[in-house]
Amino acid sequence: MPTIIAAAAVLVIALLPVAAPWLQFVLTLAIAKGFAALGVAVLLRAGLISIGHAMFFAASAYAVAFLARAGVNDLGLLLILSVLGGALVGAVAGSFLVRYRAIFFAMLNLAVSMVFYALCAKLYGVTGGTDGKPVPVPAVFGVVLGEPAFKSVLFYLSLGLMVLVGLAVQRYLNSPLGHALSAVHTNEIRLEYLGIPVWAVLLIAYVVSAALAGLGGAIAGFAIGRVVPDFAFWTASGHLVLIAVLGGIGGVPGAFIGALFLELLHSAAVTVTDSWNLIVGMALIIVIMFMPKGIYGLFARKEATGL
Amino acid sequence: MTHPILEARSLHVSFNGVKAADDVSIAIHDGEFLAIIGPNGSGKTTLLNICTGYIRPRSGNVLLDGHDITRLSPRAIARRGVARAFQIPQLFSAQRVIDNMMLALAGTDGLWSAVQPLETARRRDEARALLDLVGLADDADRISSTLPEGHRKLLDIAVALALKPRLLLLDEPTSGVSALERFPLMEALMAALRQRRITALFVEHDMDVVARYASRVLVWNAGNIMAEGRPDEVFSNAQVRQRVVGVA
Ligand SMILES: Nc1ncnc2c1ncn2[C@@H]1O[C@H](COP(=O)(O)OP(=O)(O)OP(=O)(O)O)[C@@H](O)[C@H]1O
Ligand SMILES: [Mg+2]
Repeated sequence: MPTIIAAAAVLVIALLPVAAPWLQFVLTLAIAKGFAALGVAVLLRAGLISIGHAMFFAASAYAVAFLARAGVNDLGLLLILSVLGGALVGAVAGSFLVRYRAIFFAMLNLAVSMVFYALCAKLYGVTGGTDGKPVPVPAVFGVVLGEPAFKSVLFYLSLGLMVLVGLAVQRYLNSPLGHALSAVHTNEIRLEYLGIPVWAVLLIAYVVSAALAGLGGAIAGFAIGRVVPDFAFWTASGHLVLIAVLGGIGGVPGAFIGALFLELLHSAAVTVTDSWNLIVGMALIIVIMFMPKGIYGLFARKEATGL
Repeated sequence: MTHPILEARSLHVSFNGVKAADDVSIAIHDGEFLAIIGPNGSGKTTLLNICTGYIRPRSGNVLLDGHDITRLSPRAIARRGVARAFQIPQLFSAQRVIDNMMLALAGTDGLWSAVQPLETARRRDEARALLDLVGLADDADRISSTLPEGHRKLLDIAVALALKPRLLLLDEPTSGVSALERFPLMEALMAALRQRRITALFVEHDMDVVARYASRVLVWNAGNIMAEGRPDEVFSNAQVRQRVVGVA
């Protein structure tokens, strides 16, 4: 039954741009942010809040821009290499960040991402400073497309990846490593006494989460056609945490539901009123107070009461 | 006499001037079921903390099979076949009872497979068998935090057994377990230890349990061993009767 609901939801999203073409960009961006929020949600399983994941989002987007400039011109290759780039940055940052917990982890992620942001903004010669770098339209399997056609391909590719990557992450969370990750939250001492290396469990999760954020960033870069330092700004990281919490930390679909909800709400709200932040704030308060399992909890109610 | 599995040599530990281990030396031999008794705060749990690498002694050494493990981490020592059940159960309380067990089983094999689910038929059967052993078969699907305290203790012991240790350290296995369940638990535990050839050390406050099951007893007092011997020997010692048995 949940599979049918999920399949129906994906179908609806796939058809929305046919009815309202302007939605295609909004939805692509929402899915991109959903990937990054999923990365944040993976770490939330271990009780770790990262307020710096926009860094990996930006890192992969910059990687796309640099690679494209260096002559790589294939969508698939650009995606793979840039996600690997994000994962690599994640491995480097994670190897020292996973030693910290709670507020220290949150703040150090924030600090590292702010250094990254500053570098992006200041190293004009490399990053183009605050103007950023253009992300050109790449070829898709050797076919050179016009921009509108490419944006459609990008949207449907993102949607497909959402399903595939979502299932893969679901599998990871169900594996021994995923359970060990949740166990970090409840009892690190017992984990150590089981002979399980907590740092390795966390580092793997950190790299996975960075790769997810990177995938989101690469997609966003393609969708927007430019990458700017603001991709890495701390408010963007905060936004990802917001989505992860809104969507509920429980399930993989939650991150995407949260992202879609916020992006759609955003595009609806800005046309009616400029009190966007007020609306988002209210929505968050309602979710935290009345739906502690997030929006996803509404759909997963059966599981929740089955405890 | 055989080579000891675990040996502690002149351990010293103090917390803010309170001596929790004051020149402690012990040896546990293969096949023993060694009991440690002693008043509250005499340093019994501290000894287990030192032997498993959770705290470092100010001086002294711990040897496992003759190898120095004093400075190893709890993880490294666990990997060498020493498992511990805690005085206060250490569980993954947000997870199901059976998941606690399966994660312990996965810890020794198959942790790194990120594609296989934690729950495999083999792991589930093995987990259920151990839960059955400690009498928790009916609680397998419950979230661990919802278990009554006594059952949490049992789960903690089952988790330690799941590590297939050679040496098992039990910190008051029967505390919190109801008087009715106490002896059945000990019978099952002893059978499992014998069958799996596990050597064990257990801290215990229930003197009936000690008298019945221990092969040797160490009597602790203020960070040191005040008496040692077979249960009947120890319990007939007037000093022990006065200082420990009467208190406990
Ligand atoms: N980490 C610690 N920090 C400070 N003091 C400690 C610590 N661990 C133990 N102690 C102190 O060391 C002494 C021995 O404690 P320990 O827990 O080993 O006693 P115990 O024999 O296990 O007692 P009980 O029967 O109550 O479990 C106590 O005075 C205790 O307060
Ligand atoms: Mg104790």
